[in-house]
Amino acid sequence: MPPAPTFDIPPYRLSGTVIGTLLNHPGALAALGEAVHRPPYQAPPRAPVLYLKPRNTLLAPGEPPRLPAGVEAMVLGASLGIVIGRSACRVDERGAMDCVAGYTIVVDLHVPHADVYRPSVRFRARDASCAISGEVTPRASVVDPDRLAVTVRIDGQVVQRTGTAGMVRPVARLVADVSEFMTLGPGDVLLLGIAPDAPLLRAGQAASIEIESLGRLLLPAAVAEREAA
Amino acid sequence: MRTARVAYAGAVHHAQPHPRGLRLADGRVLAEHEVVWLPPFEPGTIVALGLNYADHAKELARELTTTAKDEPLVFLKAPNTLLGHRGITRRPPGVKTMHYECELAVVIGAPARRVSRADAMRHVAGYTVCNDYAVRDHLENWYRPNLRAKSRDGATVLGPWLVDAADVPDPHGLALRTRVNGRVTQQGHTGDMVHTIPELIELLSGFMTLSPGDVILTGTPEGVVNVNAGDVVETEIDGIGTLVNTLAGPEAFEPPEDA
Repeated sequence: MPPAPTFDIPPYRLSGTVIGTLLNHPGALAALGEAVHRPPYQAPPRAPVLYLKPRNTLLAPGEPPRLPAGVEAMVLGASLGIVIGRSACRVDERGAMDCVAGYTIVVDLHVPHADVYRPSVRFRARDASCAISGEVTPRASVVDPDRLAVTVRIDGQVVQRTGTAGMVRPVARLVADVSEFMTLGPGDVLLLGIAPDAPLLRAGQAASIEIESLGRLLLPAAVAEREAA
Repeated sequence: MRTARVAYAGAVHHAQPHPRGLRLADGRVLAEHEVVWLPPFEPGTIVALGLNYADHAKELARELTTTAKDEPLVFLKAPNTLLGHRGITRRPPGVKTMHYECELAVVIGAPARRVSRADAMRHVAGYTVCNDYAVRDHLENWYRPNLRAKSRDGATVLGPWLVDAADVPDPHGLALRTRVNGRVTQQGHTGDMVHTIPELIELLSGFMTLSPGDVILTGTPEGVVNVNAGDVVETEIDGIGTLVNTLAGPEAFEPPEDA
């Protein structure tokens, strides 16, 4: 009997739901120092710290990102994107990997902001501020998603060398912990996390993000939006 | 006009009200309990407002460090949260406070980018009722309100009907209330919103393009109380509809024999 069709074989179809993860990268929480115990935070986070990139943020393949009027530069957050292949609802770490179809490269551009307490959604939800590589690398082709090198270049120059190792929650743990309260569906993309020292992208600058075993995402030169008429 | 989306006999249908319940687009007339109610439109981005009624802001004031006078408190919810009329929402085990929030949901009908408040209402397709649940035990001060408190499975209940904007001459002239097991626990009026619907559309469309199907949950007045597994929660807005939801404990989702 032929196997039942599933979403975890190519071609992949993304659902458009993109969930970002904060403070997962080694050093990201440490960079806040003792402040994590003081108001407004009061205590270090217990659950994954997440945000959404709504559909207006998603770039078509090859579409240039946009810098909002009055914003000189945006933070270029490169992340491993975990592509869900089967519904993940309250799965444990072992079950989590069965729900992962593969991986892709995601760039989350956001307006720089220091506040992690209650930042305005306007920092993260700007039009044309999220690029997803059109290619999904199947899970089986990636030996260890928690040990991949990530290289960010702006106009050809290496501006950041980071990786997926040492996360507070590695891939399986993150999927499991998120699935405790959000059912992840086929085609959803969950970002593993962004390194704390992410570079800035200005108008006219092009970028590329390379993730070991996955390939490279090319971001065309960013375009500055004009002031509203 | 009022429209619903329902599942019946193997397919998803559009439906309209009928004296005996509802009438599917193919002519079949059914009672309310014979169909599975879905959100009455296909939601895109779900934008929610916190503290958009002054009395509710006061009610929660002790734990807040911001006031309603600041920029509107906007957050997003993911599609896993969506649920229709007469659905069942899981109440997680071991939490002290899970509460409903009765809210007027504004459904966008035309793309909106940098729209002024004077033109904003032209971009509204219609309205429905939302019950925007929150689990307060899971509230943390990191990207608050954090997704674990608000973006939970079954925590955005929408319906039963999408009411055309043309049939709602004044969306700020509507009384709303919540009943838990038949007892009124929340009462308010959409005229008491801190930031009005045109203001919200102007604000949101100023930094994000809104598209048809995007929905703005406009906040809730005071009167939120804890609800428990087995409770039947009716959120109601005059002229829009009465939305029924039932809470169930973990045993309804994870039968012990499967553990």
